[in-house]
Amino acid sequence: MENRLSGKVALVTGGTAGIGAGAVRRLAADGARVIFTGSNAAAAEVLAAETGARFLGHRVEDAAAWPGLMAAIARDHGRLDIAFANAGTEHGDASVEEIGIEGWNHVIAVNQTGVMLTVQHAIRAMKANPDGPTGAIIVNSSMNAHRAMGNFVAYSVSKAAVVALVKSAAVHCGNRGYRIRVNAVLPGVVETAMISNLIETATDPAAARAAYTGMSPLKRMARVEEVAGLVAWLASDEAAFVSGSEYVIDGATTAGMMGV
Amino acid sequence: MSNLGAQRLTGRVAFVSGGLRGIGLACVERFLAEGAQVVLSDLDAPDSELARATLDRLGANASYVAANVTREEDWERARALVAERHGRLHILVNNAGTDLTGAVETLSMRDWRRIMDINVDGVFLGVRTFTPLLAESGGAVKGGASIINVSSIMGLVGYSEVSAYNASKGAVRLFTKGIAIEFALKKLPIRANSLHPGFVVTPLLREGFQRWVDKGVAADPQVLVDAMCAQTPMGRLADPAELASAAFFLAGEDSAYMTGAELVIDGGWTAQ
Repeated sequence: MENRLSGKVALVTGGTAGIGAGAVRRLAADGARVIFTGSNAAAAEVLAAETGARFLGHRVEDAAAWPGLMAAIARDHGRLDIAFANAGTEHGDASVEEIGIEGWNHVIAVNQTGVMLTVQHAIRAMKANPDGPTGAIIVNSSMNAHRAMGNFVAYSVSKAAVVALVKSAAVHCGNRGYRIRVNAVLPGVVETAMISNLIETATDPAAARAAYTGMSPLKRMARVEEVAGLVAWLASDEAAFVSGSEYVIDGATTAGMMGV
Repeated sequence: MSNLGAQRLTGRVAFVSGGLRGIGLACVERFLAEGAQVVLSDLDAPDSELARATLDRLGANASYVAANVTREEDWERARALVAERHGRLHILVNNAGTDLTGAVETLSMRDWRRIMDINVDGVFLGVRTFTPLLAESGGAVKGGASIINVSSIMGLVGYSEVSAYNASKGAVRLFTKGIAIEFALKKLPIRANSLHPGFVVTPLLREGFQRWVDKGVAADPQVLVDAMCAQTPMGRLADPAELASAAFFLAGEDSAYMTGAELVIDGGWTAQ
């Protein structure tokens, strides 16, 4: 497993926590030179020290800052092989009846426009690789792309939108003859610090934990490392013919009904 | 592939139906390269030239059983061989399959039954035969036992004059989801996922293209290959090894939370 990605340069957005941090660890362990972005500099410093990955402070929705970020990667690393469009939020989200326009705009800006900007700038950077237009882009969607949540309308909409974005980008790259693959991962409930925090601060933590673990027929949440394993596979040359695909990793949550 | 010989399936036993050709053979070769022991089945007699030459080449970690996936007694012989030789099973690839093309009103009942027997009954019988052994063996390996059913992009979308194949591969897709939920709820250490290849350079594809040529659809098979490449965003057909790499991923611990999923490997064909 070590060195499967050696010689490759990877960008992970929202890499300071959760699935993003897991991907930073895994891609680095597989031999890639990893650059990760986000806004939590304190967490980033710890992760950078642990993994050898490089942190560059950046918010995905900041369109004006993208060219500078990519110029720094090109200047210092000379290429880009892997981009994991991971940054996401549910801050300000609510049901369609209750959500405010600010909350809606924020979630769409990060989860949808931020992913579009990541894919756009990744393709532009990968086009300039010394050995021609090659690379792998992975977008972190969610099983909620297919099973929308009533109390998180913007999140559900944005996660569905980026699946279509992935397919459009994959077809575009094919049409142009780029050897750039674009795919989506659709995780179920993952035991991230964010979810653990939601459980611990719930009025009935035991019931909250049971609700999260009970969503999957496997009766457990995914571990961050398990999602990172799929991301690393899609990033590798092992997945050379995989493009425009959406891979669910949800312990059969969306495979059907659990029955009686 | 970059990781050949990395030996990440050492200690695991795999069964691959339709293992003498195409995607099945590529899975066998990849599993062996990763350190697994593999039993493969196909229709050919054990002393046929193809079976002998292939098994000689694959070496001592591979063994062969002639089996027709539509026959219960053949599956019982396969089960007996795996039980006797290895006593356990961790990976089951239900790969054997056939194709059928033609306008729906021209399909004979016999041809319809044949493709359903091979593509659907064959997968059902493979799963039914080996579920007890997979359940016994799966707890001992990280990620559990893994069933990989080979469906197709034709199990996801329709295609003109491919309706019987569409129906059979669609059945494989949902059968896989059903057993995935069933095993998970029963706490059996078996995951089940489907593979959905696009157009892959295999003997089955060549035979199918030749039949189209014989029917006058195209002047020669290369015309059809070129047409398929043109329909595929990545502009080429898949190599069987590119399917085997996905089977390997599903076989191992990296895919431990993946069950009931469908892995499409089609160069962007269904994304359009």
